[in-house]
Amino acid sequence: MIGVSRAATWLGCAFVLSASSLAASPLPRPAPNCPLALPQGHSSIGGLAGKVVYVDFWASWCVSCLASFPFMEQLQRELGSKGLQVVAVNLDQKPADAQRFLASHRVTFPIALGANDSCAKQFGVGAMPSTFFVDRSGKIRAVHSGFRPGEGPAIRGLVEKLLAEPRRS
Amino acid sequence: MTLRPILLVIPLLAGCASVEPWQRGILAKPQMALDPHPRRAALLAHVRSAREAASGTVSKDGGGCGCD
Repeated sequence: MIGVSRAATWLGCAFVLSASSLAASPLPRPAPNCPLALPQGHSSIGGLAGKVVYVDFWASWCVSCLASFPFMEQLQRELGSKGLQVVAVNLDQKPADAQRFLASHRVTFPIALGANDSCAKQFGVGAMPSTFFVDRSGKIRAVHSGFRPGEGPAIRGLVEKLLAEPRRS
Repeated sequence: MTLRPILLVIPLLAGCASVEPWQRGILAKPQMALDPHPRRAALLAHVRSAREAASGTVSKDGGGCGCD
């Protein structure tokens, strides 16, 4: 009986976990137009149509997210004039944690604060940080999980490639 | 016999929950690690194996001063 019960537990866990980690649809796919509380008036990724959008999901406790902030700032500063928009979507469970982090890490790109869990689910965030590269047509073309400083040149190359593409309808 | 379905269902309700990546802030804290001081633990294991001339239970076997 104990064996049956244990097997049922494992089966239950396997079902719950597999149901929650369904693979996201293949790329390219349209970027979810979920509402985001952005400071510059845009309320969603859709409001940035025509730009290449670097959507980064981050949290203050995530060490790799901390490492990615200077890189994203540099990317925005150097490629913003060519049509890049970095958008950082905060996923801290306590908003005060994000505010404390931002007080000591000043950046110029917009940061969406507030309850963004639903947006993270729609995008299919699978790790922290997760970066989604949205092209000028509003399609997610690539996804990058985590961040190491050595990955910067490859990420920049991908962004430059997307910037060089014309907008497709 | 009537207990069997109940016993089968209870484990399923026992707390299999998937934690989303952005909900792992507390789990990421150092004090949540199984071994909060891995470097200290590795050093102690090394010294113990050297002093006791033990082998098999830790990565370093054989005797010695435990100083390398």
